[in-house]
Order: sequence, then structure tokens, then C-alpha cells
Amino acid sequence: MKKNLLTKLGTILVSTTIIGASLAGCGSAKADNAETAISEEDTATADAAKEQEAGDAEEAQESAEEAGDGEEAQDTDAVYRTLDEIKESGTINIGVFSDKSPFGYVDENGEYAGYDVYFAEKIGEDLGVDINYVSTEAANRIEYLQTGKVDIILANFTVTEERAQEVDFALPYMNVALGVVSPSDNVVESLDSVGADDQIIVISGTTAETYLEKNYPDIKLQKYDAYAEAKTAFENGNGVAWANDNTEVIAFSLENEGFTVGIPSLGDADTIAPAVTKGNESLLTWLNDEIETIGEDNFFHQDYEATLLDTYGADYENTLVVEGGKVQ
Amino acid sequence: MQSLGIDVLFKGTNAIRLLKGLWVSVEISIISVAISIVLGLVIGVLMTSKNRIMRFVLRAYLEVVRIMPQMVLLFIVYFGTTRVFGINISAELSAIIVFVFWGTAEMGDLVRGSIKSIPRIQYDSAYALGLNKFQVHFFIIFPQTIRRLIPLSINLVTRMIKTTSLVMMIGIVEVLKVAQQIIEANRKASPNAAFGVFVVVFLLYFLVCWPISRFAVKLEKRWT
Repeated sequence: MKKNLLTKLGTILVSTTIIGASLAGCGSAKADNAETAISEEDTATADAAKEQEAGDAEEAQESAEEAGDGEEAQDTDAVYRTLDEIKESGTINIGVFSDKSPFGYVDENGEYAGYDVYFAEKIGEDLGVDINYVSTEAANRIEYLQTGKVDIILANFTVTEERAQEVDFALPYMNVALGVVSPSDNVVESLDSVGADDQIIVISGTTAETYLEKNYPDIKLQKYDAYAEAKTAFENGNGVAWANDNTEVIAFSLENEGFTVGIPSLGDADTIAPAVTKGNESLLTWLNDEIETIGEDNFFHQDYEATLLDTYGADYENTLVVEGGKVQ
Repeated sequence: MQSLGIDVLFKGTNAIRLLKGLWVSVEISIISVAISIVLGLVIGVLMTSKNRIMRFVLRAYLEVVRIMPQMVLLFIVYFGTTRVFGINISAELSAIIVFVFWGTAEMGDLVRGSIKSIPRIQYDSAYALGLNKFQVHFFIIFPQTIRRLIPLSINLVTRMIKTTSLVMMIGIVEVLKVAQQIIEANRKASPNAAFGVFVVVFLLYFLVCWPISRFAVKLEKRWT
């Protein structure tokens, strides 16, 4: 709680200065209004911060509107838009990756494409609204949802407990686990068979590193900071195997001759699911129903065949796809 | 020899998209730089003021800008204002606000430094010649300050242009983001595209920044 209050105060202070500074440029009486309005808000928020956010937000909106610099203040106290509001507006904002081929990327004609986008298109079609794609980064996906700047995140978003406290996940549509790739002439099929002197290559900071350190403390790891370094080291035979997300190792083995994925699925199987702003029940329920309904027509298999087949091949279709929200 | 992967730029509308991305970067920089220079001149003069409170406030402002990474400022303005006040500022406006906030402080400090660097004797001599206060500042100090300011401010301006690459973090698709999109979309077809595309991006940034620095050299020559 205390931390929240501090964060809030800090944000208020800094943004007041920034807005004040930017308005000061106008040099008009308007600027004065804005500054007083916001600094009044400053104290108001400090007092009320502990009690309720909703009230604050409303007040802030009022003062912002008075100051005349609020572009489009939200009309309710909730940050998210309900299903009806989205339908009414005729546009849904969906956050996707724009540079993670083949899940979410922009093709040579400037159109969004990929496994996530294929699903997004279906959502737009079934809701009967236009889609406004927002290009997101791994680091800002939660922020986008929490501020209601997007309605749904469909950006290869792995479900974890920590994230589930911040956003609401719908039913999953894809599996993700760890995988281990090794040279075809000496395939590692089980981590128990790794010799005492053999080393496994991992990329620092990935789930593969954490998982192996925790569950196989005896295996020696060779850590690299970047994908490219790990790849080169593995190709040069510095380690007996390379552990990474299974999508990555599968793609690697298919693109490079002489390597086989000995362990396609290792450790806790995680899932990838759409996420909505915490508390957006109406949209969440609709999404869950949608995933179940289109699952009856094997929608995600079609999606896989349209977008992922080239990269991962037909063998991994059932390993990766989750149909109808039901993990096997 | 393997291809450098520049060919991916000729697929579909890739080249046009890259140029559009460049325009996004340039647009944000031009607007921010223009406002920052004007505000920076004012702030800079105020920084030399004899008023202690004024100096302290501006000093604090400058320190905030120095300490805060631009990325943090972008997040605060774009997401923070929505979170705390419920105001929805568009990504482009947020970017401009942050860049102006940053540019003004640094520009102000450069102006302050340039004014302070004019030796006391310049003032004394001018007054001794019988010029009044306005004439001293306008004809003696101001031109010398501006001349000292040019190389310094060009550094700032080019730095601001290059830092616009951060705005991809708030969802603005600018030149570097388009480049990444193109490289990723062709990861399988041409794995070497990264090199070629980044070389082109380098050239694009160069094309934007180089005329500015040439212009500065010209100005400097004219005024010496």
C-alpha cells in the first residue's frame, strides 16, 4: 500500500511538472488554469489515495477537461471498455506483436499477419467490428491492458501466476514448453542421460535456464546472453544440446540440417492465451465462449495450417495447438 | 558472397513503409526540437536569473530530466497519466511532450552555459563605451552566445532525432520498428536481411542528421 501511494505521488509530481512545462509554452492564461487545477488535484489525490481510485479518477477527469488538455477522457470510472461499449464503438483495439514472425508480424504489404493475428481477425469478424491493431512490445503488454489502451492482448502472451494477478487470461489457444535440440548423430532424448562432463547450452534469463538450474542442478550449463551467440556455440559443438522454448528449437531443427529435437516438451507445460483488463467480465466471457465455439470447427488447427505450418511442420501441430481451450 | 539482404526492401511496399516510418520519426523530432529551442532559450535566460527560488526550481527540473531515462518519462506520460488521472493522451502527443520536456531542460542548460561563458570584461567594455543595458545584451552578449550555442545545440538536436527510436515502446511504429518488422517477416526467406536493412536505416538517419550538421557549420562560418 505504501509503495502504491509513493508511486502515485511520484507519478503525479512528474506528470504535473511535464504537463505544466509543456503548457507553460503557451504562455496564456490557460496554462495557469491547468496548473492550478492539477496541483489542486495533487493534494486531493494524496488525501484520497488510500480510499478509492475511482473518485480520484473522476475528479482528475473533470479538472483535466476544465484545463482543456484531456483528449478523450473516459466516460466511466472503469479503465476498460465492456463488450457492449466495444460493439457500439464499432472498433476493437487488439495489441499484437508486429515483429515476432510467425505469431504476429507485418507482411511486405504492411498488413498484420501470423497465428495471433489470424485469431484476432476471427474475433473482429464474429464481433462485427473493425480491428485497430496496436504494436506492442513484450515489456509493455500489461501496461496497455491496465490503462485500457487496448481491449485484448493477443501477443504470444504466456500465462503465468504473476501475470494472472495483473490481467485476466481467457482460455488458452496454444501450448508452450521447453524443448531440447541436439545433433542428429547423438540425440539427447532424456536429460537423465546427459553425462557428467557434457554441457547444455541455454540463453541467460530464459525459462530454460531457471528450469534446468532448479530441476537438474547437476547438469553443467553453458550460458549465453543472446540468441545468436547461443546458436553459433551450439552449431560449433560447444555443448551436447541446446535447451530453449520448444517453438524456438523446433524451428531451429527444421531450418538447419543435422539437428533433431530429442525432447519436444519438457517441464511445466505453459499455455498462451488472450488477456483482457482485470475485471472486464463481459469481454472475458465472450472470448471464452468464442474460443469454445470456434474450437468445434477446429479453428486453431486451421490457424496453425495457415500460419505456422511453414515454420514448424505438420509433426508438431498437436503439440502446439490448443483447441477449444482444452489442454490435453 | 551471400546477399546483404537489401532485396527484402523491394518486396511489396516495404521501402515505402520504411520511409513512412522515417517520416514519423522526423515529424516527432521536428516539432519537439522547434518547441524545445524556443522554450530552451527562455529557460536558459531564466537559469541565469538572480532569483534564488527560480534558480532552484529550474535546477531541480534539469536534475529530474538528467536522472530520468527518456523511456521512463515516456511510460509515465503515456501510461501514467491514464492510470492516475484517467486522461488519454495519444502516443504521438506523449512522445512530443516528453521530448520537449527533455529538450527544453538540456537546451536551457546549454544556453545558461553559453551566457555564463561570456567574460565579464565584455559587459564592462560595452558599458564603458556608453551602450545601455538593452544594447549590451542585444548587440554584444547575444551574438556571442548564439555562436557558442550552435555546435552544442546541434549535438542535442541530432541526439533527439536518434532517441525517437524509443517511441516504439508506446506503440508508435517509426523507422526502426518498421526495420525490425521487415527483418522478422523475412527471417526464413533471407536470414541476412538484418545487416542490409540496418545499413539502410543507418543511411536514413545519416541523411536526416547530416544536413543539420552541415547547416550548423555554415552558420558558424558566417558568424565568425
